[in-house]
This record gives sequence, structure tokens and C-alpha cells, in this order.
Amino acid sequence: MELSWGAHLWSVLPEIVLVLATAGIMAVDAWLPEGRKRELGYWAIGGLGVALGVTVVQAAQLAVGVAAPYEAFGGSVRADLAAMLFRVIFILSGILTVAISMDFRPLRQSGEYYVLLMASILGMGLMGAAVNLVTLYLALETVGIALYLLAGYLRDTPRSAEAGLKYFLFGVFSSTVMLYGLALLYGFTGEIAYARIAQVLPELPAPVVTAALLLVLVGFGFKVSAVPFHFWTPDVYEGAPTPVTAFISVASKSAGFALLIRAMMEAFPTAQASWVALMAALAFVTMTVGNLLAIPQRNLKRLLAYSSIAQAGYILIGVAAASPLGIAASIFYLGIYTLTNIAAFAVAVIMTNVTGSEEIRDLAGLSRRSPGLALAMLAALLSLGGIPPLVGFFAKLFVFAAAIESGLLWLAIAGVLNAMVAFYYYITVARAMYVDRSPEEGKPVPIPRPSHFTLWFTVAGVLLLTVLVYPLYRLAQMAAQAF
Amino acid sequence: MTLFGYPFPILTLITFTPLLGAGLIALTPRDSVRLHRGLALFFSLIPLALSVWLWLNLDLSRPGFQFVERVVWFPQVNAQYYLGVDGLSVMLIFLTALLTPLGVLISFNITQDPRTYFALFLALETGILGVFVSLDLLLFFLFWELGLVPMYFLINNWGAPERRHYAALKFILYTMAGSLGLLLGIQLIWAALGGAQGGTFDLLEVSRRWPALQGTLAGVPMEVVKAIVFWAFVIAFAIKVPVWPFHTWLPDAHTEAPTAGSMILAGILLKLGAYGFLRIVFPLFPMESARFALVLALLATAAIVFGAYAALGQRDFKRLVAYSSVNHMGFVVLGIAVAGYALGNPAIRDHALIAVNGAALQLFAHGLSSAAMFALVGVIYDRTHTRDLEAYGGLWARMPVYGGILIYCAMASVGLPGLAGFVAEYMVVQGAWPVFTALTAIAMLGLLITGAFIMKALQKVLHGPLNPRWARLPEISAREILAVAPLMAFMLLTGLWPAWIVPTLNAALAQLFG
Amino acid sequence: MTIPAVPIPILSFIVFTPLVGALLLLLIPRHQKDAARAFAAAVSGFTLLLALWAFVAYDRSAGGYQFVERMSWLPQLGIHYYVGVDGVSLPLVLLSALVLFTGVLVSWNIEDRPHELFAFMLLLASGIMGVFVARNLVLLFFFYEIAIFPKYFLIAIWGSTRKEYAAMKLVLYTLVGSIIALVGALALYFVSPVRTFDMDVLRELAARGAFARTVEVFGQAVRFDYLWFLPVFLGFAVTAGLWPFHNWVPDGHSAAPTAGSMFLAGVVMKVGAYSALRVGIELMPGGAVYWLPVVVFLAVVAALYSAAISLVQEDLKYVIAFSSIGHMAFVTIGFAAMNVTGLTGAVLQMFSHGVMAAILFAVVGMVYDQAHTRYLAHLGGFARVMPLATLGFILGGLVAMGMPGFSGFVAEFQVFAGIWAARETAWWYPWVVILAAPSIALSAAYILRALQATFFGDLDLKRYPHVRDVTALDKVAIVTLAVWFVLIGVFPRVMTDLIQTGVEPIASLLQGAMVASLR
Repeated sequence: MELSWGAHLWSVLPEIVLVLATAGIMAVDAWLPEGRKRELGYWAIGGLGVALGVTVVQAAQLAVGVAAPYEAFGGSVRADLAAMLFRVIFILSGILTVAISMDFRPLRQSGEYYVLLMASILGMGLMGAAVNLVTLYLALETVGIALYLLAGYLRDTPRSAEAGLKYFLFGVFSSTVMLYGLALLYGFTGEIAYARIAQVLPELPAPVVTAALLLVLVGFGFKVSAVPFHFWTPDVYEGAPTPVTAFISVASKSAGFALLIRAMMEAFPTAQASWVALMAALAFVTMTVGNLLAIPQRNLKRLLAYSSIAQAGYILIGVAAASPLGIAASIFYLGIYTLTNIAAFAVAVIMTNVTGSEEIRDLAGLSRRSPGLALAMLAALLSLGGIPPLVGFFAKLFVFAAAIESGLLWLAIAGVLNAMVAFYYYITVARAMYVDRSPEEGKPVPIPRPSHFTLWFTVAGVLLLTVLVYPLYRLAQMAAQAF
Repeated sequence: MTLFGYPFPILTLITFTPLLGAGLIALTPRDSVRLHRGLALFFSLIPLALSVWLWLNLDLSRPGFQFVERVVWFPQVNAQYYLGVDGLSVMLIFLTALLTPLGVLISFNITQDPRTYFALFLALETGILGVFVSLDLLLFFLFWELGLVPMYFLINNWGAPERRHYAALKFILYTMAGSLGLLLGIQLIWAALGGAQGGTFDLLEVSRRWPALQGTLAGVPMEVVKAIVFWAFVIAFAIKVPVWPFHTWLPDAHTEAPTAGSMILAGILLKLGAYGFLRIVFPLFPMESARFALVLALLATAAIVFGAYAALGQRDFKRLVAYSSVNHMGFVVLGIAVAGYALGNPAIRDHALIAVNGAALQLFAHGLSSAAMFALVGVIYDRTHTRDLEAYGGLWARMPVYGGILIYCAMASVGLPGLAGFVAEYMVVQGAWPVFTALTAIAMLGLLITGAFIMKALQKVLHGPLNPRWARLPEISAREILAVAPLMAFMLLTGLWPAWIVPTLNAALAQLFG
Repeated sequence: MTIPAVPIPILSFIVFTPLVGALLLLLIPRHQKDAARAFAAAVSGFTLLLALWAFVAYDRSAGGYQFVERMSWLPQLGIHYYVGVDGVSLPLVLLSALVLFTGVLVSWNIEDRPHELFAFMLLLASGIMGVFVARNLVLLFFFYEIAIFPKYFLIAIWGSTRKEYAAMKLVLYTLVGSIIALVGALALYFVSPVRTFDMDVLRELAARGAFARTVEVFGQAVRFDYLWFLPVFLGFAVTAGLWPFHNWVPDGHSAAPTAGSMFLAGVVMKVGAYSALRVGIELMPGGAVYWLPVVVFLAVVAALYSAAISLVQEDLKYVIAFSSIGHMAFVTIGFAAMNVTGLTGAVLQMFSHGVMAAILFAVVGMVYDQAHTRYLAHLGGFARVMPLATLGFILGGLVAMGMPGFSGFVAEFQVFAGIWAARETAWWYPWVVILAAPSIALSAAYILRALQATFFGDLDLKRYPHVRDVTALDKVAIVTLAVWFVLIGVFPRVMTDLIQTGVEPIASLLQGAMVASLR
């Protein structure tokens, strides 16, 4: 069936809006006087907001059935609910990140920052929609390059420069390996579209499939920072500007999962037997290593880095379950994780602005200094830990349930044990805020207005979604039906 | 007598009036000592009046329990609030109601927190009275335990300063250990009778069904189960009596308790154990009782002889009197043993009835004499602050009235004809002789030692040269005389005319043998 | 008799009043400490009134679940907001409200951040009461986990001695246990022929033996309920302080602030026992019949061990802390009786011990506030300055030692009687009673020892020159709690009739499973 131009464009409408918005930012950057560069943030939020609005409308159309999913650009991208939901996650994290970046002093308010951020979101949107190997790789690299630059954005700071370089080297290495796997797939099947590959795959010799799978997984593993491809994570998280870290930890990870889920479910459905075991093993190792290494951390960002590795492990449980429930659980988890992690990083950004330090012990006495801020952090930590009444509880419940349903009881048990370990270090942070004392207690922490927005939005989200868990779950479930 | 169409709950009233008084006293201001005393005396006199009324209205010609009150209390385990009395319990109720006001009277000189003291003292009375009126095993147990608590605090907080904590703890742990067996035994009976389906604590129903029960419980033959429960009960009651060798808590507790506490302890609390034998063990375990009666008799004899010997060896006046309780309660147990033996040997029932009547009378007699003796020891202790017999001497010269009273009561205790103790012990011996001849003979030898230690005590306290330390000792006060005089009167009355009480007891005890 | 019409969703009110109160409390300006206290007292008092109302309005002759509310939450997964109370949960709801109210009263004098203190207490109470009313497994876990983390802060911030260690230990222990149980619950969900977390439906299925079927685990065919009963039951029993998982109890109870200890010993341990009953025993009766006769020996060890350990403690709070392990062991023993008598006793023991632990810890706290030490060797003579608190301790102690006429006796008596009556279950059952009974005598010993050392003897005026009587609010708290001892001791039917309606279905479930296992 020949698609109209309109239909082609509709499938990437958010990206088109983003391109326009990026161009707009550049123009505004040139026009705004030096003293008012901070306002660029509002412009960026405005642009992203428009993109978000468009995406939400599109997602709603797909969800209620006004629009049907289809593939556009010769089978390059698919317009379905999953793609749209992932876009919502990316753009939303972009908005929230911009809000906490605006008053982050080291960033010094420049237009490039927002441009790079929006470019990466654009790439991510394509990652979520990609249904052939070429789009996959292009999107991956678009995101990668933008993020390498963002990680090393503070050129004057050695740590940031080092982080950028490290991220770049690891990224390039892993995408090279992945490219080799993609080439292997293409070489043996002669196809680039997922659906066609899936058809041919059963005829291939098993070692080839396994080899291709392993090589491709290196790339995905890097993106979602799964063990053993996680070595860059703590250093990059620590070195990169904190808002960027927040962004990488949620958006980039979600994009990686978007890619992973689609590739696995659509390109390798026939090899499920082999990758389920692989995913399960990956999930187990990832969450265990992530959690255990998080315990001794003294730096808040490094702790959150390891925590995000562990979170990737939980999400992988859902993927490993490879069932509608499992995929829905993973998507649900990603959405919740995005909100929660940004909340935690928002607090970290605000504290870094005040104390100039990223140590956990510098959170001491926060609950006396700024009870609201401490409460926000507490909510984020408890949600990450899966403690009700915060919605993180349901995220964990769903992935564990999916594992049990798929007969991966051991993985579920490993998961819950891991959740316990995680609770330990989350509560360590909470202890610093609530139990420890500090001489600074008398001085309240100033919270910039845009950060207020991020905090309120995310914290209200993790609290209220508990009540409204059903609509969100239902969306994730409908999105998962695409696979 | 009816109240709004219902039978007048006389037993409930008797039992709980003191508790009500205790509550009222606890609500009064801390400093109004006179008010505390007055209230305590008033609320202890009400049960006395009611118990006299009860005695007068008890219909001896009717067998079984009278003034019955019965309400479902705890339906899940089929326990009832089931009260009723017969001659035996009426006598003990009267004794309790008599001794309590006297104890209150003798305690008027308490200065340390009298409010709590009197409240506890009245609560204690409720616990004791409750035991005597209960006809439900669970209720019985409830009151049995409830009496321990105030007694513990009385000893612990108002006892002699040196070893009161130790004595209090020993007292409560000994008796609680015994009660634990009692509790398990009660539950075992309940379970054997059917548990939640048909199990009961109703004493009358249990005594009807339990002795005849056959079969197994948890794979154990019923005979063995009964033996286990029997011993659990016997040990619990034996600790209370106390039967030698379970008596070691007694000297400590009696010695360290405050004077009124000792009066109640010796005068009534010990009777609870004997009452338990008569009221519960015999009806429930006639065969076992008969089988093990000899053991009981043996222990009774041991108590008589060793108790007397131990008393003879004491230097502490109060301890001497305490050991005399072991000795005297031995006769009660001997009488009970005879009755137990008769349960399996109908031929000796006539003897047994005499012996057990004697035992019951001895309960009354010893209640009078031991309370009086402890009161008198208290009188002298208050003045001298010592209980060392060697430290006294020649007090008769200083306190002739006190001396006279002391001799009178000591004679009642030793069993001088004409006073209460003699009649009781005579009846026990007369009934026991044909049954346990040898043991009775030994027990009578023990009586000689009884005489010896009483004489020793009198001699050390009243005679010899006057210790110059006591040259200014005041005479016994009118209040103290008032506290002892009723006891002396009843000693004489019972000694001269035992018939005023024996028919009442006999009516109840004859029921034991069908 | 008809169920009285309830115009408002009373259970939701009971559960969420503290939660909303906690949030509103944080809005009160920080320097207005008295306002925060008064507000907390008002909220908790209102909750108590609601709970009392539910207690009175519950139709005992009808029995079953009442005041039921039901709303969709995650209908596709069988998760509903579904609450209701029966004869088992209603006393525990009342207990929680009692402890909450009195806990607020005795915490009046805490100067360090009262806003947060009371907010955490209210949050904790909300979670706890949520567990008691939840009729959906996920909802139950939801509230169960809510009730975990406020404990951490209560202990770590307002506690004493090794507070952070104790807080972490407690939280991890209960978390591990609850999450293991959660996995079991999920397994139950997937093995169930009807995919639902609705506990009514699951119980119905359990009654028909749906969970007695065989499943394959590592190539072995095992009965599902045999396999999962133990993890679920023990997972919850951790919170109930069952030996050998009791290790958090002494540290946690001792380190917590007064109100925290009241909560921990008073209700939190009941949350564990209650959940073990609801999820473990009720949904897997076959597993219960198979395992409880074994588990009961853990309880016997717990009873003896804890009583013996209490006897040698030097710290007053440790005495009470260890004692609660022993008293909770009687709950497990009552469960193991698996008949109406034993279960009634177990539930009543939960209530009775809850009130008792609350009063004992409250009084210990009052002593500590003035003496600043809890070492028995340094205390003494406090009866003279705080007579009512002493009376409270004595009454609590009498309950602890199972004195007839008080609630503890009624409960323990039924527990023992239940075991006697269950002698067909296993030939050694009577031995359970005989073995556990000495712990009662031991409890008398340690209670009297503590009482003696703390309240009697001479007051060291040099060391404690400024000791005063407790405040009027403290007295209100003591009286509020103590009336229940006597009320239940003298009129057991106040509670037992109610509890009986709740445990009868459970008992018949267990009897059914027993019959099935004999076949």
C-alpha cells in the first residue's frame, strides 16, 4: 500500500517539530543578549512542550484506535503506540532536564547545550520507532554523538572532559562491535527489515544466530548500561554535568530499551529460547552487580549510577519474561523510572549548586534545612526502592509477576533479594538527610523556580500514579501488544 | 430473699465488697490516713456481717450447694460464673471475714503508704473469698491466682526490711509453679471431657463425669492421665498447705510479711490448700486419693514431726511461729489423708468422717490461733524491733496483760483441752488411729515437741531476768487487744462447745462419702 | 438483625485519616510545636473514635466481613481496592488506633521535630491499619510495605543507644521476610485457576483445594501448598518475631523511642502474625496442616528462650523487648492448634499483648525520661513518685504473667486449651503445652524482677533529685490502655464472641484440609 506524504510525515511528526524547535533555539540564541541567555531554557521547554503535545495527541489517536499502526519510509520507522509512548518518555525527560539545567551554574547558559539535548531526543525518537537495521544504527549514532558532546560539555573541567572522552571511546567501541553483528545479520539474511530477518532467521545455522545476537547485545548492553558493559557508567555519571547525567540515566537508557525490546521481539522472535536465557542471565548479573557496587559509594552521583545499572537489571527481567505482561511491565517500569530518577537528580543538582559537592554526607541535615527537598528525595529513593505508597512498588510488582508467570521464579526471587540490598543503600542516603546533623542546618536551600516545577511534577507523579496506576499500566499493555 | 425477682446475690456481694472498698480507698487522697483506716475497717466488716447472715441462713438439712449463682461467663470454653456454698465453705468464709477486720485493726500503725496497703489488703480478701465460693474450676483458678498478687506486694513492700524481696519472690514463684500444674490439670480435664464440644469446668458436672471417664487421651490411657492430673493438683495444693517437703517458702514468707499479712497467710491462705483437697481432689479423684492416701499420711506425719523440730530450733520468734504452722497443718493433712483412704475403703468411713471433721475444725482452730500468735509477735516486734528470742526475757514483768494473752493463745496453739486446738487434734487422732496407727503414734510424739517449742518460746519471752533494754516497754494497747480478743473468744467457745460448728462441717463433709 | 447502615466508608476513613493527617501536619509552621502536637492528638483521637465506632457497630450475630468497600484499581490483574473487617481484623484495627492515640500522648514532650515525628507515626499507623483491613493481596502488601520505612526514621532519628544499627536491622529483617512472602503470593496468583488477588475468591478456591495441586519444581512434583506455605508463613513470622528470626526484636524495640517501641511491640508484630494467618494459613490450609505442627516447636523454643533471656537482662527495655518474643510465640502456638479455641486465643493474645506491650513500653519510657537510664541496677523506688505509672506497669506485668482476671490469661488459656483439644492432630501436641507452660512461670519471675528493681526499693535522691510524677496526658494514655486488660479479663466475651465469628471460617477451612490430607 502506497502511503501518502502526509502519512509518512505523521509518523515522524515529533521529530519534525523537534528539528524546527532546534532551529528556533539557534535563532533565539543569536538574538538574545548575553545577560538573558538563561531564558533560552524557557524557549527550549516551549519547543519541547509543543513536541510533547503533538506526541501525546498522536499517542492518544493510536490508543483509542483513531489511527492504526503502520510502517513508513520504506519500512524504516513504525508509527505505533510503543514508539509514541517512548517519545513521550524522551521528550518529557528532556523538558524536566532543561528545567533543572537552567540554573545549574557550570553550564553557563548556552544555546548549544539545548540544541545538543534536543538533537539527542530526536535520535531517541527514531530509536524507539526503528524497524530496520539501518535506521537502528543511524538513530543510535545520532543519539550517541550528541550525548558524547553533552557529557564532555564542561570543557574546562577535567572530570567532565574525561567523562566525555570515556563515554565516546566506550560508545564507539560498542557500536563498532554491534555494527559487526548487524553486518553479520545482513550478510547471512540479505535483509535489513526486522520482520524479514525474523522470517529468514530459522534457516540460519544456530552459531551464526547466536553470534549475531551476542554482538548486537553488546551495543544494547552499552546503551542500557547492563553488566558487563557498564564500566563507563559510574565515571561518566560522575563526571558529566549533573543535569546531563540525569538525562543520560533516564532518556538514553529508555531509548536503549526501546531499541532492545523491538529488536528482540520483532527480529529475533524465533530465537527466543536462546535470548530469554541470555536476558535472564544479563538481568541477574546486572542488578546484582549494580546493587552490590552501589553499597560502598560515597558520591551521590556514583551511587545513583550504580543504582541505575541495577534498575536496568530489573527492567531486563521484564524483557526476559518475553511475554505481553513482561514487555508491558518493562515499559511501565521505564516510565516510572524516568520520573523517579529525574526527581533524585533534581535534588542532586540543587544540592550541588549550594554545597558545590556531590558527596552523600553533604546531604546531612537536609530535612532540617529544607524539609520539602528532603521529602522529594525521600520519595524518589523509596520509589526507586519499590516501597509503597510510591508507584515504584507497582513497577517492581509487575516485573516480578511477569518473571513468575514465565516460569523464571529464580529470577523473581533474585530480584526481590536485590530489592532488599537496594533498599539498604537508598536508606543510607535518606539517613544522611534525616538522621545526620550538620552545622548548616539553619540555612535553607534555595530552589530555583524551574527546578520547583521538576520536583513537583515528578514527586506528584510518583505519588499520584499509585492511585492512577491502572490507566498507565493499560497504556503500557496496549503498547506491548504491538510486539 | 430476692432482689427485683432474682435471688439475692449474697455470695457475689460478700466476695466483691472488699474489692469495691479497695477501689474506693485507692481513689481517696494520699494523705488522709484516718479515712483509709476507716474505710478499710468498714468494708471488711460488711463481709463479716454478711457471712454471719449466711451461716445463719444455711440450711443444713439440704444436701448440696446453696445460694447458687450461675451465669455464662466465657462461652468459648464453656466456663461459668458459678458460685455456691456448703458448710465447709461457709465456715472458711466466716473465718476469712473475721480475720480481715482484725488484720486491718492490727495494721492501723502502718505509716508507709497506708492507702495502697489497705487497698491491697481488701483485694486480698476478695481473692480468698472467691476461692471459697467458686464452683467452676476456671473461676476457682482465677481467684486462686488473684489472691497471690496482693499478698506478693504486701510482703514485698511492707515486709521486714532485710529479706522481704527474696521472701516475696520465693512465695509467688513457689505458688505460681504450683498453679501452673493446676492450670494444666484443669485444661487436661476440660480437654478429656470433650474440649470445645462438651468440655466443662463446672465442678459438679466434672465430678460426675470425670471419675468414670474411660478411654485414651492423645494415646495415653485415661488411668495415666488421671494420675498425672491428680499429682498436678496434689502438688499445687500441697505447696499451699504446705505439706512437707514443699513447705520451704513458708518460713520465709511468714517471717518477712507484715503482721497482718502473716495473720492472713497463716490464718487463711494455708487453708486454701486444704480446701482444694476437700473440694476438688477428693470428688474428682476418689480412686487415686485412696491409692495414694498413705503417701499423703506419711508426708503429713513428716510435716508434724519435722515442723515441730524445726520450730524448736529457731531463735527467731516469728520463724518459730511460722514453723508451728507446718506442724499444725500436718494434722489437717493427716485427717485429709484418712478421708482419702476411706474413699476407696468404705469400711472405715466412720473413722474417716471423724478425722476429716477434725481436720476441718483444725482449719478453723489453727486459723484462730496462728493469727493470734502472729498478731502477738507483731505487737512485741513493734515495740522492740527485734524478733530474736535471746534478746527478750522477763517481759511479763513489764507487760502482764500481754503476757497473759500470749500464754492463752500459745496454749490454744499447743492444744490445751478446753481450747479450740485440742478438740480438732483430738478428732483427727481419734479418726486416724485405727487407719494409720503407726503414723498417728509418731505424730502424737510430734505433739510433745510442739509443747516443747511453745514452752521454749514462752520462757524466752516472758520469763527469766528482764533485759534492761526493755525497761520502758509500753503495755499492749487497747486496739491490739481488740484485735486479738475475738480470736480468744472463739478459741474458748470452740474448745468448750464444738457443737456450734461441727454439724455445719459435718453436713458438708458427709457428702464426700456419698 | 440487619447490618447497620453505615453512611460513610468508615474503613477508608480509619485508614486514611492518619495519612491525610500526616500530610497536613507537615504544613503546620515549624515553630508551632504545640499546634503540631494538638493536631496529631486530634487526628489520632478521631481515628480512635472511628475505630471504636466500628467496633461497636459491627454486627456480631451476622459475622463475616462488614463495612466492605470495593473499587477498581488494576482490574485486569485482579487488583482492587477492597477493604473489610471481620472478627479477626476488627480487634486489631482497634488496637492500632489505641496504640496510635496513646503513642501520640506519651510523645508529647519530644522537642526534636515533633512535626515529622507525628507524621511518621501517623503514616505508620495508616499502613498498619491498611494491612488489617485489606481484602486484596496486593493491597495487603502495599500497606505492609508502607508500614516498614517510617519505622526506620522513627528509630534512627528519635531513638537511643545503637539506634541506626537497630533501625537498619529491623527494616531489613522485615523487608526480607515480607518480600519472600510477596513472591509466594505472586506464585499463588499464577497457580490459581482464577487470576485474582481478591482474598475472598482465593479463600474460596483454597477451600476447594485449588492450591493443594501438584506443581513441578526442578523436575520434582511437589504440592504447591506444601512448597509455599513455609516461605510465606515464615516470611511474615519474621515481623512477628518468631524464633529464630527474632533477632531484630530486642535491638529494634530497645532503640526505638517510646512511641516507636509501643508501635513495634504493640502492633507491628501483630501485622506479621495477622498476615501469616491471612495469607499463609487461610489461603494454603493444606500447607498449614502439614507444616504448623512442626513450626509450633519454633514457637515453643521462642517462648522458653525469650523468657529465660528476659530474666537476665540488665536493661529494662530489653526485658520487655524479649518478653514480647515469648508472648508472640503464643500466637503461633494458637495458630497451630488449628481449631476455634486456639485461634480465638491467638487473636485475643494479639490484642492483649498489643495493649500490654504498649503500656509497658510507655511506662518504661516515662521512667527513662526522668532517670535517663534504663539499667535496672541504677533504678529503684519510682513507685513513690509515679504511682499511676507503677500501677500501669503492674497491670501490664500481670497480663504478661498470665494472671487470671486479666486479658493475657483469657488469651493464653484458650491457646493452651486449643492445643489440648487438637490432640488428634499429632500425638505430641499435649507436649507443646507442657513444654511451653514453664515460660509463664518464668515471665512472672522476670516481670517481678523488673518491677522490683525499677519501682520498689529506695529512690536514690542524689541521683534523681528532680524526678516528678508523670504528666496528665501520660495518665490518660495509661488509663486508656489499662481498662482493656480488666475489661477483657473480667468480661472476655467483649472480645471472644467477636473473634470467634472471625476464626470459625478459618478453623473450618483447616479442618477441611485436615480431612482432605487424611484421605
